[in-house]
Amino acid sequence: MTADRLLRAGAGLKPEHQRHILEARPDVGWFEVHAENYMGAGGPPHHFLERVRALYPLSVHGVGLSIGSANGMAPGHLGRLKSVVDRYQPFIVSEHLAWSTHEGTFLNDLLPLPYTEATLSLVARHVDEAQTVLGSRILIENPSTYLRFDGEEMPETDFLRALARRSGCGLLLDVNNVVVSAANHGFDPRAYLDCFPHEHVGEIHLAGHAVLESDGDALYVDTHDRTISTEVWSLFRDVIARRGVSPTLIEWDSDVPAWLDLEAEVHQAQSILQTAGGLDARAA
Amino acid sequence: MPAQPDGNGLADLQHRFAHAVLQAPLEVPDGIRHDVRPTRERRFGVYRNNVKASLAAALAARFPVVERLVGEEFFTAMALVFIEQHPPRSPVLAEYGAAFASFLEEFDPAADLPYLPDIARLEWSRYVAFHSADASAADIGRLAELPPEALGSVRLGLHPAMAVIASPWPIVSVWSTNTHDATPEAPAADWTGETALVTRPHLDVLVQRLPPGADLLVAELAQGIALGAAADAASRAHDGFDLATALATLFGAGAITTLSQGSSS
Repeated sequence: MTADRLLRAGAGLKPEHQRHILEARPDVGWFEVHAENYMGAGGPPHHFLERVRALYPLSVHGVGLSIGSANGMAPGHLGRLKSVVDRYQPFIVSEHLAWSTHEGTFLNDLLPLPYTEATLSLVARHVDEAQTVLGSRILIENPSTYLRFDGEEMPETDFLRALARRSGCGLLLDVNNVVVSAANHGFDPRAYLDCFPHEHVGEIHLAGHAVLESDGDALYVDTHDRTISTEVWSLFRDVIARRGVSPTLIEWDSDVPAWLDLEAEVHQAQSILQTAGGLDARAA
Repeated sequence: MPAQPDGNGLADLQHRFAHAVLQAPLEVPDGIRHDVRPTRERRFGVYRNNVKASLAAALAARFPVVERLVGEEFFTAMALVFIEQHPPRSPVLAEYGAAFASFLEEFDPAADLPYLPDIARLEWSRYVAFHSADASAADIGRLAELPPEALGSVRLGLHPAMAVIASPWPIVSVWSTNTHDATPEAPAADWTGETALVTRPHLDVLVQRLPPGADLLVAELAQGIALGAAADAASRAHDGFDLATALATLFGAGAITTLSQGSSS
């Protein structure tokens, strides 16, 4: 596997597309899966993923570890994540700056954290624990958020920079999450990206979002159910031009389109990476 | 885990947040900024909706026939009650919904569909079979190869994906017509009980009717009882039990993985 191949664009792997991908072997760089969908004992999920893995590099994206839970990460979950990582040997393992489990109850969403020194110590400890168990560096993704808390002590970009320095983790820059959070909290996404610690970024995510209007106010919601907005493409181009290339993923998780529609977005991301990085995608 | 310096604030916040996400009335927890529009009720509402809508959608995907029988709107309302009473206990969402069938037994608004819990059991078994461990099914020809005197003492190993759901209602017929037919057939005049056999010999999950008494045979086999004694028990408990038909169904569906001799139990 060449380094060039890993600096290419990839797609989230959906069950709807598996058979087509195995037959047509489309020209995309890699695939990403949610770790939690592969924690069963057997059956079609593992059957198909093993075959896809034999053809493409794979990234494992965890959505349930709950590294921001004050009472400890989801019980037993790090071991399950390790089993998936050991079995499929991904080139990237990532998780979220969020929490989802409280006192054994799993709230199926990526819930927000107050950015304080106390939260930073907690999250850094959990990331360290995860990296020790998994035996490799993980990337932590900037979240999309809908609310902020009283008494926060630092901006998200400072929190992420300090987390990466303290724990040695890398970062997953989700450009769509930046746009969603910026709209919801009234900041400039370009200013956020100017402050972002790009030196720690090991992967980029792009996805679509919804805009919910009510009483003259809009909330952006991170839905992953449509094409990527022109604003997200434009910011992605800027990041790549100014900060260099990273493996880039198109996420499309609900109202999943025909494979060719998803592949078109992967190719669009690929052409942006190539323009900036001078990579020849066909050479990989 | 060692005590966290200043960690209690976050634990308290998450406790309030988790409670407010799940409970029915919208009550925004303390500690959330409220000096910015949109209102914090709308902002917090996004998380509540994400959690509840995603879990309700997961249940609908797992129990499509239950949803078809009660209608989408009723199903969603029912799912929200279930989610509030039985939130997931694991981030592996594939494990969510095991308690749905027994919840339906106690759910009064659905009491006029008394077969609903057994339909939910059938659908849950299909879902579990999809994710369960892989194993190779044994061919019935393996039985024929045994000398006749060895048949009674053979032990049959059951496939890890296999499940049996016995019901006083015709659950296989109801499930089948609501899965495969554009317009569900009306219930047959002889509204008699059926026993469902769920298997997954390879990638596809199969559902079929088990002949009378075969569920008793399976229950005996599952305990490691040899075929002869298991068949005797099924015959004693059920007059119409026919061993040849039962074995043809079980092997044909890929429910049996191993044949072994020995007197381990």
